[in-house]
Amino acid sequence: MENMINVYLFGKRYQVPKGLTILTAMEYAGYQLVRGVGCRNGFCGACATIYRIKGQQELHACLACQTEAEEGMYVATLPFFPLVKKIYSIEEIKPDQQIMMQLYPEIYSCVGCNACTKACTQGLNVMQYIAYAQRGEFDKCAEESFDCVMCGVCSSRCPAGISHPQVAMLARRLNGKYIEPECRHLADRVDEINNGQYDKLIEDVMNKPVEELKELYNCREIEK
Amino acid sequence: MYRIDRYNELAKAVAAKREENAKLEPRRMTAEEKDTLLTQFHPDYKQGEFTVLSVGANKGEKVPTQLAALLQGHSRIKAEDVDLTSPDYDTDVLIIGGGGAGASAAIEADKAGVKAMIVTKLRIGDANTMMAEGGIQAADKPNDSPAQHYLDAFGGGHFAAKPELLKKLVMKAPEAIKWLNELGVEFDKTPDGTMVTTHGGGTSRKRMHAAKDYSGAEIMRTLRDEVLNRQIPVIDFTAAVEIILDKNGNAAGAVLMNMETKELLVARAKTVIIATGGAGRLHYQGFPTSNHYGATADGLILGYRVGAKLMYADTLQYHPTGAAYPDQIFGALVTEKVRSLGAKLVNIDGDVFMHPLETRDVTAASIIRECTERGKGIETTNGSAVWLDTPMIELKNGEGTIEKRIPAMLRMFGKYGIDIRKEPILVYPTLHYQNGGLDITPDGMTGVENLFAAGEVVGGIHGRNRLMGNSLLDVIVFGRNAGIYASAKAKETVTPEGLTLDHIAKFSEEVKAAGLGAETASPMLLPKYARDVNNSQENR
Repeated sequence: MENMINVYLFGKRYQVPKGLTILTAMEYAGYQLVRGVGCRNGFCGACATIYRIKGQQELHACLACQTEAEEGMYVATLPFFPLVKKIYSIEEIKPDQQIMMQLYPEIYSCVGCNACTKACTQGLNVMQYIAYAQRGEFDKCAEESFDCVMCGVCSSRCPAGISHPQVAMLARRLNGKYIEPECRHLADRVDEINNGQYDKLIEDVMNKPVEELKELYNCREIEK
Repeated sequence: MYRIDRYNELAKAVAAKREENAKLEPRRMTAEEKDTLLTQFHPDYKQGEFTVLSVGANKGEKVPTQLAALLQGHSRIKAEDVDLTSPDYDTDVLIIGGGGAGASAAIEADKAGVKAMIVTKLRIGDANTMMAEGGIQAADKPNDSPAQHYLDAFGGGHFAAKPELLKKLVMKAPEAIKWLNELGVEFDKTPDGTMVTTHGGGTSRKRMHAAKDYSGAEIMRTLRDEVLNRQIPVIDFTAAVEIILDKNGNAAGAVLMNMETKELLVARAKTVIIATGGAGRLHYQGFPTSNHYGATADGLILGYRVGAKLMYADTLQYHPTGAAYPDQIFGALVTEKVRSLGAKLVNIDGDVFMHPLETRDVTAASIIRECTERGKGIETTNGSAVWLDTPMIELKNGEGTIEKRIPAMLRMFGKYGIDIRKEPILVYPTLHYQNGGLDITPDGMTGVENLFAAGEVVGGIHGRNRLMGNSLLDVIVFGRNAGIYASAKAKETVTPEGLTLDHIAKFSEEVKAAGLGAETASPMLLPKYARDVNNSQENR
């Protein structure tokens, strides 16, 4: 049939219309998915997928919901990967180099093969953010890894057994809590509310008749 | 470049007027104009799309037809299918749902020192929270106040919110941001620590806090990490299919179903929190959705069947800007932040047809009017659409703004060859949020004793329309709230006795008595997107 392509789901050939994503191609083929599907919009990392185009050498990794199915695609989804997630208390740890050494010492076994970066479904420079983590530069690691959806494909390709997404998660939490500047106006406002400074203001608004509120709402000044 | 030349041609009209349009400050609509627009063009007003309920606590009220079929459907189990006398799980607080509200509740329950457990039909974090892009509101700047936040939300929700709930939302907002920040959530800040805040539709102060355009993802992955660090049990790929009551009619647990093996399990609990999220995957009125795969209104069904009341279940939010092209991302969310940063909505002639930051219901209705009555839309394979002029963002704020502030949007369209820094995008409203849901007290409890609810499954916090950034806020504030109160209640509750599923037969009889067929098994759990290969015309 015209406009149909061949995709090989776990090696088995199916004919699907052109223009579907890998995810919707699977559904077209008849799969009722429970695993390997999530937000369907590129944010949750549930549909990590590895594929190779027939006749080509290179392996590709992608999110099935964000990637168009192509002729000759051999598809294997990776709905789960056994990442190592270390347990810690965010209140008790400190943002120093020691903490990576303690929790994720395997990052120092990185052989620099860059397979993680090549495999990243988000196009991130994974090896670079691991290098930042090794050096204790958590702010840089956080920035470089920010768009990570924790799908785990990087780790599936790593000869050193690093759980990159979990390393980055730790770095981001350290950065968000300890390294980024504290927000003064936020702390002040929380104190003011707790001291009851807004109790009367809010009661006043709540107790106004609806007609008066409508007037207030429709005429309120909007910050430029 | 668009793969379809016609779009490249049509986009020229947008580019031609870009400079002029960028300078424009479009007039905001009057209250009367908005009311007329909504009644004529908002999907909530399409009477034929609703069904009046014949059974249950909201008998006589209308809800979307697809939801009515589920609410008045039949249970997936019979009482005799499970043995309630030897529970597989015993806990203090059972949390159904692993999104932002469920995770926040679990953390607070753990802090309170009670035994908590999360069950989720997919994985923890597979939720609409993960997909929230634009931001989270809190009145924490000197020119702002919780009262101002209240006024914006109350007016934006058509003066229909439950005042006590809305008060809690706005008063607890700064604390919620602080709580998240202290857990390690990376908010956008200036070097001196000041929060970078913007407007959302209907806000009168810039109080939208963000983590680029991964705001929800950044919050959700941090909450998930914290739940795991606290070693709170998370039973994944396990759905709740019925609430269990005790001899006094109080909630006392749930019947669970393994999504892969279909094994039924019993969880007994002193209190139960329903945090199952929204309903986008019911595709009301045939709309596409920006929601998660699991957004199938399960919690409404679970609660309704044991007698909990719904509030405003007839009102839905259609996000004004769902992707209309390319097909692969049809209905996917284009964050409101795109408009917060200065992009305007433009019709086929290249003309700005409204202020880009009206409330979502008004904006959606206005786009629908542009595409229908006014005939100024751009035809796509998925129907009519309007332009969202993204290059305007960099024209106003300088090069690099898009990559820095909305990287997810740049990536989403970039995958299909569309560079949103240079080309405008095509958008149309997409089913986004369930404004209504289970009715709760300020303590988070539904009408059923010991049955709590939090997050999108709740109705009444926002009224009949919700402002951008108040949902992420809602899941945190009311998730924590439910966790705190459900824990306190669990502490004063003895292990429930006389567990029963009698409500299943009782409800089923009421449905039968009302002359309904109850054809649909509910809760739905997952949408059926698999093609029916044995009954498809395309099948040879």
